[in-house]
Order: sequence, then C-alpha cells, then structure tokens
Amino acid sequence: MKAEPAVGLKALHDKRGWTALAIVTLLMCVVVPVLSLAVPVSSALHVPDYLIALVGKFLCYGIVALAIDLIWGFTGILSLGHGVFFALGGYAMGMYLMLSIGSQGVYKSALPDFMVFLDWKELPWFWRGFDYLGVALIAALVVPGLLAFAFGYFAFRSRIRGVYFSIITQALTYALMLLFFRNETGFGGNNGLTDFKSLYGYDLHQPSTKVALYVFSALGLLFTYLLCRYIVTSKAGRVLRAIRDAESRAMFVGFNPTNYKLFAWTLSAVLCGLAGALYVPQVGIINPGEMQPANSIEMGIWVAVGGRATLFGAVLGAFLVNGMRSFFTAAMPNAWLYVLGLLFIAVTLFFPDGVAGALGRLKRKS
Amino acid sequence: MTRIRLTPFATWLRLAVPVFVALAALTLTSVARADQLSDDLSGLASADASEVSGAIVKAANRGDARALPALRALDDGTLRFDAQKHLLIKKESGALSDALTGAAATAQGKLEEPASDNEVRRALSPALASLSLSAPSAEVRLKAAHELGRPSDEIVPIVRQVLAKETNADVKVALSLALVPADLASDKPADRIRALGAIETASDAAFKTDVERLLSKGPDGKFVELDPSVRSAASAALSAIETRQLLINSVGNTFYGLSLGSVLILCALGLSITFGLMGVINMAHGEMMMIGAYTAFVVQNLFLSHLPTHVDWYVAVAVPAAFVVSGAVGVLMERTVIRHLYGRPLETLLATWGISLLLIQTVRLIFGAQNVTVANPGWLSGGVEILPQVVLTYSRLAVIAFSVVVMLFVWALMQKTRLGLEVRAVTQNRAMAAAMGISTRRVDMWTFGIGSGVAGLGGVALSQLGNVGPELGQGYIVDSFMVVVLGGVGKLAGTIAGGLGLGLVNKYLEPLAGAVLGKIFILGFIIVFIQRRPQGIFALKGRAAEVS
Repeated sequence: MKAEPAVGLKALHDKRGWTALAIVTLLMCVVVPVLSLAVPVSSALHVPDYLIALVGKFLCYGIVALAIDLIWGFTGILSLGHGVFFALGGYAMGMYLMLSIGSQGVYKSALPDFMVFLDWKELPWFWRGFDYLGVALIAALVVPGLLAFAFGYFAFRSRIRGVYFSIITQALTYALMLLFFRNETGFGGNNGLTDFKSLYGYDLHQPSTKVALYVFSALGLLFTYLLCRYIVTSKAGRVLRAIRDAESRAMFVGFNPTNYKLFAWTLSAVLCGLAGALYVPQVGIINPGEMQPANSIEMGIWVAVGGRATLFGAVLGAFLVNGMRSFFTAAMPNAWLYVLGLLFIAVTLFFPDGVAGALGRLKRKS
Repeated sequence: MTRIRLTPFATWLRLAVPVFVALAALTLTSVARADQLSDDLSGLASADASEVSGAIVKAANRGDARALPALRALDDGTLRFDAQKHLLIKKESGALSDALTGAAATAQGKLEEPASDNEVRRALSPALASLSLSAPSAEVRLKAAHELGRPSDEIVPIVRQVLAKETNADVKVALSLALVPADLASDKPADRIRALGAIETASDAAFKTDVERLLSKGPDGKFVELDPSVRSAASAALSAIETRQLLINSVGNTFYGLSLGSVLILCALGLSITFGLMGVINMAHGEMMMIGAYTAFVVQNLFLSHLPTHVDWYVAVAVPAAFVVSGAVGVLMERTVIRHLYGRPLETLLATWGISLLLIQTVRLIFGAQNVTVANPGWLSGGVEILPQVVLTYSRLAVIAFSVVVMLFVWALMQKTRLGLEVRAVTQNRAMAAAMGISTRRVDMWTFGIGSGVAGLGGVALSQLGNVGPELGQGYIVDSFMVVVLGGVGKLAGTIAGGLGLGLVNKYLEPLAGAVLGKIFILGFIIVFIQRRPQGIFALKGRAAEVS
C-alpha cells in the first residue's frame, strides 16, 4: 500500500535528524519558557500567556496524533473512538484536581461541589485514592489501557477489522459519552469536572505553573515521539506494517496479528490517556463533550492532514488543523465547518499522504 | 271497481286509526308529564330559597331526566326567570333558551336569578346525581358515573340505590368504582372487600396506592389492614391492577418500538445496500435523512403560501420530492467524491464525514440553527385509543405503514428489476459482474442515489414525529449502523430484523433502565453479539461470504 519510509531501520535517527530534534526541543522547552517568564511583557520578544496555553494544548493534541498514527498509519486500524481514551486520562487527572480543591469550593465542603449539589454524603468508592497525584497519573494511563485492552482483545480475536472496527469504536465512544452524561455515574454529569484551583500545591492560574505544564507537555510529546519512533523502527514495527498491508500473509508467515494489533492498540490508548492527563490542568475542564464521536473523527483527520505513517507528520497535522481551528472559529465562525469538511474531502481525495508526503515529493524533485 | 279501490284504503284506515290514537295519547301524556314537570320546577322561579330547594327535591323525586338542564343551569349560575316565571337559561353569548325545551326564547320583563343558599346547594348535588344517573340513555348514565369522582356522603346512598337498579355493565363498573373510597373507609370488612372487588374488576390503576397502603405494615409492624380476608382481596386487586398495567405498558412499548424500528429501518436500508455493494460506510447518510426532512418542510411552506386550501396533501408531494432531492445529493456525492476513493473504505469514511459537515453547515446557513416545525396534516393528527392511556397516534401508525411500503418498494427493486439484478451481482462479485458486461460504476451511482433517496423518505417520516433540525441525522447515524451491523450487510431481511429488534429492545428497556442506560446496554450487547456472529444475524453463506 505504501512504500517504506526512506529512513533506515537500524537507528532511531541519523545525525541530521537528531540535531533537528535537539534544536526543536531546546526551542520549545527552554527558549519559549524563558521568553515567556523572564522577558518583560513590553518586549516584542515576550511570549504571551495565551500563546503558551494554546501551544500547550496543541502539544497534547500532538501526543494524540502520534498515538493515532501508531495504530492507523502503521497498523492500518482506524479508530473513531480515541477521544474516549483521551477523556478517560483527562478524567483521572480531573478527579485529582477536583479533590485537591479541598474545601475551597462553592459549598465549602470536602466533597467536590457537584456531589454536594447531588446531596451525596461521601466519596464513591472509585474516587478513593485520587487525592494522590501518583494514583491519578497511574490511573490516567492504566484505565484507558485496560479499557482498550479488553475492547481490543474481543474485537481482534473475532477478527473485526476495517470499517466494522471503526464503527464499533465509534459506538464505544458514543456509549461512554452517554454514560458520563449521567449524574449518577459520578463524574459530574453534563458539566464534568472543572473549577480546578491547584496542582500539587501550585496555583493553576499562575503563569509559571502554566509554563511548567507547557514544558511537561512538550517533554511528553518528545517522549511519545521517541517511543513511537523506537517501536516503528523495531522489528515489531515492521510486523505492524506487514499486518497493515497484508494481514493474512503476515499471519501465514507465522506472526499472530492479534497480539501485535493488541499491543499497538493498547499502547495507543495509554498514550492518549497521557495526553488527556496533561491537557486537563491546562484547559481547566473535562466534560463528556470530549467523547463526542465528532471529536474522535477529527483526531483522525489531524493525522491524515499531516501524513500517515510519518510520525512527525502526525504532529504537524495536529498543529496545522488546530491552528486553523483557532483562527477560523475566532475570525469566521460560520466558515470553520466548511473548512473542516473540505479538509476531510480534499485530504482524502487529493493528498492521501498528507503534508509530510507533499514535502517529501518536493524534496525529491529539487 | 270502487269496492276494489276502497278496500286497500279501508285496510289502511283500519290500521292507521289506532296508530293515530296511540300517537295522540302518547303526545297527550307527554304533554301532561311535561306539565307536571314544569309544575315541579316552577318553584325554581322564586326569590325564596326554601321554595327553590323544595322544587329541587320534587324534581329529584319525580326522576325525570328532562329536568337536568334546568338544574345544571342552576348549578352553573346560568338559570334565570322572567316576570312570567318562565325558566330560561342564559348562554355565554347572552342568548336565552327555554330551560325545559331548549328552544330559543325571549324574556318577558325583568330577568332574575333564582335564590340560592346553603340548603339549595346541598339539595342540588344529590338531585343532579340521581337524575343524571337514572337517565334513560346509558351513555348519559356512564358519563354521569365517571363524573362522580369521589362522591360526598349525601350522594353515596343515591349511588347505591342507582347501582342496585342498574343493568348496563359499563355503568355498573363505573358506579361501583365511585363507591370505592366510601367503602374502603368503612369499618365493616364486607364493605372493604366489596370495594376491593370493584377495583379488581376494573383494574383501575388510580387506586393502586390505596390498595398498596392496605397491604403495607405500619410503624408498629402490624398490617394497616387487620382483617386477613380483606388483605387477600387487596392482593387480588393489586395483582389485577399490575397485570393490567403490564398489558398497557407492553402494548405501548410494542407500538413505540415498532415505530422507532420503522424509522431505523428506513435509515438503515440505504446504508446497508451501499455498504454491501461498495464496502463503504457513508457517514453522511444521516444527513440524507435531514435533507429529506427539510424537503418536507420546504414543500409544506410552498403549500402554505401557494395552495393553502390543499395544505393537508403536502405530504403526498413531499414524499417523492424528498426521494428525488436526497437521491440527487447522493448521486452527486458518489460522482464527485466516493467513486474516486474506491477500494479505500477508511478514507471514504473520513471523506463522507467531511461531506456531512458541509451539508449540516449549509442547511444551518439556509434555514437557521433552530429547529423548524413540520406540521402533521389534518388526517394524520389525533389517534385511536385502544386501551385507557394507550393512544396509537395516526402519525406513528402512518410511519409504520409507510416503512412497510418502502420495504416492499426496495424489495421489488432489488428482486424484480434489471438494476436490482445487477446490484446483487455486483454485491456478490464485483470483478465477475464487470466481466459479464455490467457497468459497475453505473450500478454504484444508481444504488447510491436510491439508498440516499430511501434515507430521504426516512427523513419525511421523522419530520412527522418530531422537530426538524440541522443535526437530525446525527442522532440516528450510530443507531442505524448498529442495525446494519446487527442485521448483516446488504441483507434486506437482516435490516428489517435488526431494525425492529433494536427498536423494540430500546423501548422495552427504557422504562426499566432509563433511556441512557438502555442505549448503553444495547451498544454493549452489539459489541458482544459481533463476537459471536461477526457477519450479523443473516450471514452470507458460501462464496459470497469470502468476498465481503
């Protein structure tokens, strides 16, 4: 289906690649924070707070894009339900943030406000332990991972694939969205979790906390990128691509596609959970709207725009599409859905290998 | 000759005379009775309250239902009398009518209101009850019995008397129900058992809490009802009520499930055909329904502005119009986008999602983001009550019938036409069909158009059941995919079974688990179901299974 990328399989990167990565990392994790915190507001070089918040969000989206690229671009499984894993990671973090509000809420109770509002007397059992950041972080990775593992185990075992699988994942996110919309489920219902005050004692509204979260997101993205890079250049990565291109043949050669798919699928969900956990403290809210089927499909289009099976393309796509969204929803709100719709059509019809593919073609010509 | 001619006349005369006599006698007696009645009632035309109440009692004792209008008018405060002591009823319009005959009348002199005091009011309600409950027409009696509600203490004995004489079964049930509150409060166990018997016969849910209270235990741990025989009567009554409620609920759920299932089938039919044929999932399929519904809205408005006299028939135009409009959009989609993505089903999924965004936003810009209302035509509003509390609305009945017609249409199209034959051939084996000279691209296009047109028909059906908004289709798309997954791809029978099954299960689960949990349960079930039967209920067999 697709030619092997030109990058060699032996090393993660060649020398030039490593240099570029180091420069970008340095820029994102050192230069930008310094420009934001140390440079006075009046200076032209100052990076404003809103930009930090925006890019911080995009970095989380970049992690999601990598996770989807791993499962779709490299393994050929299109998930229309990755929003669920993202939201579950976000909810785990949100639960910690909710409990760390303590009695500073509107009702001055130790319980989160929405529980007071619903007249609950004590924390439900599944909220126990979430007053520790470590527990929340582990849950943010483990819960999406477990859900994905269970779901994938049954789906891949019965060889559900292609559009069938995509539709079932959409049903999954739809069902969980409905579930989380209910007040009785215990996650704040319609409003979700919000009004966070502090994270590990640091005030979330302080610019320095925001910059720190931004840096964590950038490091998370770097880690995810290197991990995905390592996987796709490993032998397992070749098997994943073999499954993508000819599943039956890979099976006859002696590999068990179910295990490889399950591995990539579960890892992808865990990475989405990580992204969600980094995302929620930055935007200050998590609600069931994140599980809307539309959100998950859009995550797919980030990867398609950037270029599938080219990890940096996926990140690029996430930045591009979300940058366009930020621009259009502010400047021309009515036009945004047209742009997005046309983007879906144009990318699939005319640029099946996305921006990264187009760049590659340009490079080869010159 | 004359004799011969006379004979029939004489025969006629011989027969006719007694009839005349009888008729005359009858008229006379009724005149006489009317006279007695008006004598009785004349006391009403008085400013003396004791005379008025005396007249009421007399009229009640005579038991003539013709006194009812006058007494009712007295009750409403619309009874008047003029200087000649004629009783008149003043209508809302101000016109007057005779209180006895109901004929229009004019007042002679000043109009006055009859006197009224507590005694009058106390006399009036039993008189009204006994007169209307003993009216000659069973219909009037039944109505009066229903209107009794919880009769007051002075009416209860009257109701008992009437009940003893009553012959009509329906009226008997209604009367004995009216006595239930009094009997239940009685301290004689026999009365309470009789009341419970009446509840059991009627299975009236209105008394459920009363019966349950009898069977409950007080704070001291003793039953509220001490007599065990009354308690056993109570549990019999309770189980009768519950059986009845179960019946009502299951009839209602079945009906709503069938109508939901019909809508799902209409939506899933086209999806299933195109998925089976081309292996692509059209995420914009729900928007085809939305377009169909908006077409119905436009047609309705055109009728309102150009043919307001025939507006009831807009549906007849909306149905073909929706088919054509949605079908045309479908063909356009196929030609411009989907055809170029052949063999890349996942990309098609994303591209059609993009199309759905474009369609939603376009409709939003043209018609606004708010919901619009498509009114039911006159002949579809209302419904038939088959059981108390179970109303089958005509619009839902029509949707069920409509979907049956559409199913037959699609079946005939697939089985009886050349195009249907070609569609089935391409579905089974595209390459082989092409080798046989079938233009698969043409088949693709037409199938897509027809599938979208059928979805448009579904949209018209939906417009008759609720509001129409730009995101109408989004709510059905996941459900209709579930139907396709459940029923198997490209199978008409599977789609029907899947749609009806999903619709019925949905509506049966709703009261048990709530709408949301019911839906989650179904989605969970489908995920498990796919494990066992990945090809749906009606799996393709043999060679066809390998291709798909």
